[in-house]
Amino acid sequence: MKIMGRIALKTGEAVMLIAVSLIFVFPFIWMALTAFKTLPEVYQFPPTLLPESWQIQNIVKAWESGPFPTYLLNSTLVAFGVLFLQILTGVPAAYAFARYKFRGRNLLFALTLIALMIPPQVIFLPIYVEMSNWGLVDTLWSLILPYGASAFGIFLLRQVFMQVPDEVIEAARLDQASEWKIMWRIMAPMAKHVLVTFGLFSFIYHWNDYFWPLIMTNSNEVRTLPIGISMLKASDGGSEWNIAMAGNMILVVPILLIFFFAQRHIIQAFTYQSK
Amino acid sequence: MAQVVLKSLVKDYNKQNVVKGIDIVIPDGSFSVLVGPSGCGKSTTLRMIAGLEKVTKGEIWIGNQLVNDLAPGKRDLAMVFQNYALYPTMNVFDNIAFGLRNRGVSKKECKVLVEEISEIVGLTEYLTRMPSQLSGGQRQRVALARAMVKKPKVFLMDEPLSNLDAKLRNQMRVELTGLHKRLGTTFIYVTHDQVEAMTMGDQIIVMDQGTVQQAASPIQLYKEPDNQFVAQFIGSPAMNILSGFQQRLLVGFRPESAKIAGVNQEAPLSDRAQFMKRGNILSREILGSDVLYYVESGQEKLVVKDDLRYLLQEGQEVIVSVNEEDLYLFDQESGIRLRQGINLKEKQKLAGGMT
Ligand SMILES: Nc1ncnc2c1ncn2[C@@H]1O[C@H](COP(=O)(O)OP(=O)(O)O)[C@@H](O)[C@H]1O
Ligand SMILES: [Mg+2]
Repeated sequence: MKIMGRIALKTGEAVMLIAVSLIFVFPFIWMALTAFKTLPEVYQFPPTLLPESWQIQNIVKAWESGPFPTYLLNSTLVAFGVLFLQILTGVPAAYAFARYKFRGRNLLFALTLIALMIPPQVIFLPIYVEMSNWGLVDTLWSLILPYGASAFGIFLLRQVFMQVPDEVIEAARLDQASEWKIMWRIMAPMAKHVLVTFGLFSFIYHWNDYFWPLIMTNSNEVRTLPIGISMLKASDGGSEWNIAMAGNMILVVPILLIFFFAQRHIIQAFTYQSK
Repeated sequence: MAQVVLKSLVKDYNKQNVVKGIDIVIPDGSFSVLVGPSGCGKSTTLRMIAGLEKVTKGEIWIGNQLVNDLAPGKRDLAMVFQNYALYPTMNVFDNIAFGLRNRGVSKKECKVLVEEISEIVGLTEYLTRMPSQLSGGQRQRVALARAMVKKPKVFLMDEPLSNLDAKLRNQMRVELTGLHKRLGTTFIYVTHDQVEAMTMGDQIIVMDQGTVQQAASPIQLYKEPDNQFVAQFIGSPAMNILSGFQQRLLVGFRPESAKIAGVNQEAPLSDRAQFMKRGNILSREILGSDVLYYVESGQEKLVVKDDLRYLLQEGQEVIVSVNEEDLYLFDQESGIRLRQGINLKEKQKLAGGMT
């Protein structure tokens, strides 16, 4: 009886999980399948699920309908550039907040947390003006520099660093390690899972970001993938949804690959914070 | 190698006076043990020597250098922590090599040194393991190796054995003293365990409430304690202290130097006994070769340690006797030991012994 009950419970659980994930996954599958349909099939009613014939050339067409190698390169530079800066500034900031006692520490940390709550739409104007003063508008720098420090990253890293035993840091000081070395050789490796998880979030956000590049860039040389893809839709008057979806596939596949490799760390970061 | 000198060393934490002006000389090459009850300031003192805590007042000299303002890494000492404090994301080899690399030792030399030390502490097979894959004893060895490989002038150890089980602890005690003999380096070792202090140290510094009570060799401490605190802290079970014989004076004797016999039994009483007390055995503990008797005499409770030859029963009426040279007198107010000026007759009177 008991075993039957447990099986029923497990089955119910599985059905629930499948249902919920379908809700999330369905639009994605729809996009992926649409990317391989012909345009008439996209508009067909009732809609088909699987393409009648797989139009691989949609991807090629999307890729060739604009300077996509440039977009891809720009997106990569921006997403990695932002991530690099965020880690470069986040680790020392989190280390200081977690480990140093100094005047105004709590106030500064509170300010950092407030920054977490301000959406970019609120502050883009002053930043635009500033970038324009520095002559950086319509360059990749205007996409990278404003995101050079992440309040979220600092917050997450601080949580991990606070759990590191004092003695480990003291042992490193007795071992003649500089503070720089302690940060990068002792503290950062302990936050490995959190760094990867944060890195993934940051990467996805900036890889997919549409708003910021839209404002800061005007020319194809510095545009990123999301902008390029949004222009696909409007290319020939009528919306070629299949080509737009093929463009989206180009956008999404790198993220899927990265996620696949980072999965292990993400699960670890959420199950336990540090050793 | 270096001697370490503390001069009027003071440490305050937010106005709370934790170390109250201590003066200690730790001779070059000695195995000096800081011992005292928990919270007496041993770790704080050690951490000031290491440079991990700021000195509030006073001076710390290592060799002929005043190190008050020297960074920990520049003091040429190594510390072993109670919780080992290994670098969790580095394997054993890197844990040991970290300090060397920071000093700019070449890769090749690093490898030679680490392998040499690993051989000594028996870690050779574990060099590629992570700390989380090691047992407590093995982690302890990594911590030791990490300290030794730097060939420091002074080793600092803060209760390094207290996380080990009893058997391993005994084994490590022997290994540590052996290591000290071999290296000949100054060791400063902190423990709250007087047995550990007595078995390992050649100089023992007894601390209480932020002050040094006495610094001496183990035998000296045991035989000639300066005050009541040291007398009772060193030795197990603790020295008996009896009061009320005369104002301002306390009398003490060690459980193992007293004799005990049934009232109507004469054999084991020493003829030189100068102090006798009548009482009843409350309980007894048989330790193997020895027995502990807990004796109640009037208001006071005594402990006597004797061998098994004349096993006495609980509830039996007994006489406890102590030789004159085994009695210690202390000033009741200050706890300071009174060493002379009281003749035998007087002492007997003070002790209120039976006549
Ligand atoms: N960082 C600190 N801040 C405030 N008080 C402290 C700190 N470290 C130790 N103390 C206090 O100093 C006293 C001595 O501590 P400690 O040196 O660790 O004692 P021990 O090692 O002899 O057990 C204790 O009362 C402890 O509460
Ligand atoms: Mg301590």
